[in-house]
Amino acid sequence: MPRELADFNLDEERVAFRDTLRRFVEEALPMTAVRGVIDSGVAFERDVWTRACDELGLAGIAIDEADGGQGFGAKELAIALGELGRGLAPLPLLASAGLAARVVAAVLGRGKAGEWLGPVAAGEIATLAWLEAGGDWDPAATALEVEGQGAGVRLRGEKHFVLDAPQAERIFVVARAPGSHCDEGLGLFAVEREAAGLSIHAQEGLDPTRSLARVVFDGAPARPVGEAGAAGPGIRRGLEEASALLAAEMVGGFQQVLETAVAYAAERHQFSRPIGSFQAIKHKCADMLIGFEGARTASDAAIVAIDEDDPDRAELAMVAKAHVGPAYVRAAIENMQIHGGVGYTWEYDAHLYYRRAVSSGALLGDATFHQDALVRRIAARRASTTTGATPAQGGRR
Amino acid sequence: MRRADTAEEAAFRAEVRSWLEANAPAWAGQAGPAVLDHSVEAERAQWKRAQEWQRTKYDGGWAAITWPREHGGRGGTPVQALIFAEEQARFGIPGSFIDAFLGMIGPALIRFGTDEQKARYLPPMLRGDELWCQLFSEPEAGSDLAAVRTRGRVEGDELVIDGQKVWTTSAQYADKGFIVCRTNPDVPKHAGITFALIDMHQPGIEVRPLVTVRGDRHFNEVFLSNVRTELSNVVNGIDRGWPVTTFVLMNEGAFIGTNDQGRTSAEDLVAEAAASGRLEDAVVRQRLGVACVRDRVLGLLRDRLKDALLDGRAPDVDGSVLKILSAEWGHDKAATAVWLQGASGLLAGGDAPQGGLWQDQLLSRGSTSVGGGTLEVHRNGLGERALGLPREPRFDRDVPFKALKISS
Ligand SMILES: Cc1cc2nc3c(=O)[nH]c(=O)nc-3n(C[C@H](O)[C@H](O)[C@H](O)COP(=O)(O)OP(=O)(O)OC[C@H]3O[C@@H](n4cnc5c(N)ncnc54)[C@H](O)[C@@H]3O)c2cc1C
Repeated sequence: MPRELADFNLDEERVAFRDTLRRFVEEALPMTAVRGVIDSGVAFERDVWTRACDELGLAGIAIDEADGGQGFGAKELAIALGELGRGLAPLPLLASAGLAARVVAAVLGRGKAGEWLGPVAAGEIATLAWLEAGGDWDPAATALEVEGQGAGVRLRGEKHFVLDAPQAERIFVVARAPGSHCDEGLGLFAVEREAAGLSIHAQEGLDPTRSLARVVFDGAPARPVGEAGAAGPGIRRGLEEASALLAAEMVGGFQQVLETAVAYAAERHQFSRPIGSFQAIKHKCADMLIGFEGARTASDAAIVAIDEDDPDRAELAMVAKAHVGPAYVRAAIENMQIHGGVGYTWEYDAHLYYRRAVSSGALLGDATFHQDALVRRIAARRASTTTGATPAQGGRR
Repeated sequence: MRRADTAEEAAFRAEVRSWLEANAPAWAGQAGPAVLDHSVEAERAQWKRAQEWQRTKYDGGWAAITWPREHGGRGGTPVQALIFAEEQARFGIPGSFIDAFLGMIGPALIRFGTDEQKARYLPPMLRGDELWCQLFSEPEAGSDLAAVRTRGRVEGDELVIDGQKVWTTSAQYADKGFIVCRTNPDVPKHAGITFALIDMHQPGIEVRPLVTVRGDRHFNEVFLSNVRTELSNVVNGIDRGWPVTTFVLMNEGAFIGTNDQGRTSAEDLVAEAAASGRLEDAVVRQRLGVACVRDRVLGLLRDRLKDALLDGRAPDVDGSVLKILSAEWGHDKAATAVWLQGASGLLAGGDAPQGGLWQDQLLSRGSTSVGGGTLEVHRNGLGERALGLPREPRFDRDVPFKALKISS
């Protein structure tokens, strides 16, 4: 791209942080290394993760200082995720810091979760197991019930689509009190990697740079995180934050796709002219830019809303997740198209971004899911406004 | 992020508010339905109203906040202009076409005009006493504006103009017009164009209203024969009109980008569907969800433009992005609304729900997808200007205008 896309909503310090991360990813996980990870079938290179944690403090960047982290905001974590997304870096940052840690912090309250988040901040890998075979994104659909009570509970059953499970030191599991329904009775439980009765079976992913696994509990011992049965709101909040963070990760990959497409369109010649001078191609690029501007604007608003504890944050997270996914998918498709035959080869990276776009677009709820949730929320908000109640509303409308 | 006002801005906002409280017109807050009435009488009434309101603003010193004081402006900042626009919208006073021409020709005169031109034209423009129209497009020169064929020739101390313009918004109400014409066909197309100001009330001008898809008389054909204007009304000199023209087009683009007077909201559709029970239907939620997400994203993009303004930065999102999305998403939203009406969606006007508001919006796509530059031309701009992609090969740049092939 002849002109770097203007940095949007980043101050100087954050631009420097972003640049550091970009260099790290380019150096430690160039595409050849990513290909190596894909070919070897392991989820990611542990030593690169260790370096990311030791040198950059990545794992604990957005964890409160009181919980053992560095105390930066979701914004910094979003920047880091964006850079990993840009390079398709197979690292467990989303699973550990973006998903598990957010849910734990939301369930226990920030500053009160050091027992669990301290190790995460130090680089131990955690993940969240909430989805089940049916694949319903809504935590209310959780069927797994705990056995027993108090400190000595056990889990028996399965969780699916668990991110980065084979390398995780600890899995936080969403399960419910026996006989409970919907959000009521939802609890969060920690299962250690060495626990008896825990087995992990890698699943083949559409996106080979993101590790997915089926996790089987056969009476595995678990420890409750927070009050068992009352974790529903925290789990929801954590998932909502994770959706916004995943949107930010997607925006990083989106930018890479856009830049790649535009660079190729400017350089590849057919009929004695750059293909980017043909409108069919130029307009595809323009549409990518339009999609990208909406995507990064929506994702940034959702991230800022987390850090400002904006009452509008839930809706903004839905808007971001619903909007970014389809726009990224579209751009990834067009990027393959603009590359012609090369774009259809395994060897060329364009399909890896397409796979990432489709799979991330679905993960944590696809556009349909979030649109539906948004509409229900708006209806509830509007109904409460007309009956005179104060709407829980931020100013950004 | 749309930040909170500084103390100074808050004081300014309070000043604006108290002035609006004392001076807002009686029709404030009820502008909506009248817009759907496309009769000539209603259009006349709209103009009268807009002119009166402009006069009120002028008397209060609010007619042009960012213009220098010497030209009748307030000498204020873009942030103050934004605050005023926000407050005016909050009072339910929609913008009018006066805002559009003020924003297009005003700055062009301030930048390129002579002292005499500024003194003659700016004050009545600001007072709303003289209405303006933009005489750019011609039957054979639309997207390719530099292909204008309307002839201009110098006779003594006058410029004499012959030709035809088309799609001229509000020409039937205009007192003055800014026009581009060809004064030299022997040089390449951009080099032989003159930009001039003309009086619309003269015998050689014939204005024929054209009915739009919506049924209003938004724009006109304008026939010019032996139309005269003094050479002192030429802006930037004979044959040197193209830079002025592109400057005006740029202002037009900026106006379209930040103008967020969305008359309709997807959230209203949700509330209505909830009230009627239609929201139980997942397909309904789905289509409304798409519209709601887009409304929010567009709002956030507009905030981003405003934020740049507030921070005194160059905007970091291209205005064409907003223009394209407004046109496409605005239409899709209307299509969803009309679909939601079921069989009532067959109706229009007074027989349709809400006086045909959504049907009207459905049919008005062209006002943003063609007016102010077509979506295709804006996509070219994004590709070339924002992404730096190579232009198409051109055959018309260095050839004398008269040697070019032009359709018909
Ligand atoms: C509501 C409205 C108000 C208007 N008001 C005014 C006004 O006040 N004053 C004024 O001067 N004009 C006005 N216009 C005219 C407007 O600027 C032109 O209609 C517009 O620039 C397109 O020109 P055209 O109609 O000649 O279409 P054309 O330029 O002939 O375009 C026809 C089709 O070809 C496509 N096309 C043309 N060139 C290219 C290209 N290079 N690449 C790809 N596609 C291309 C277009 O996108 C379009 O789809 C108004 C138009 C509308 C709809």
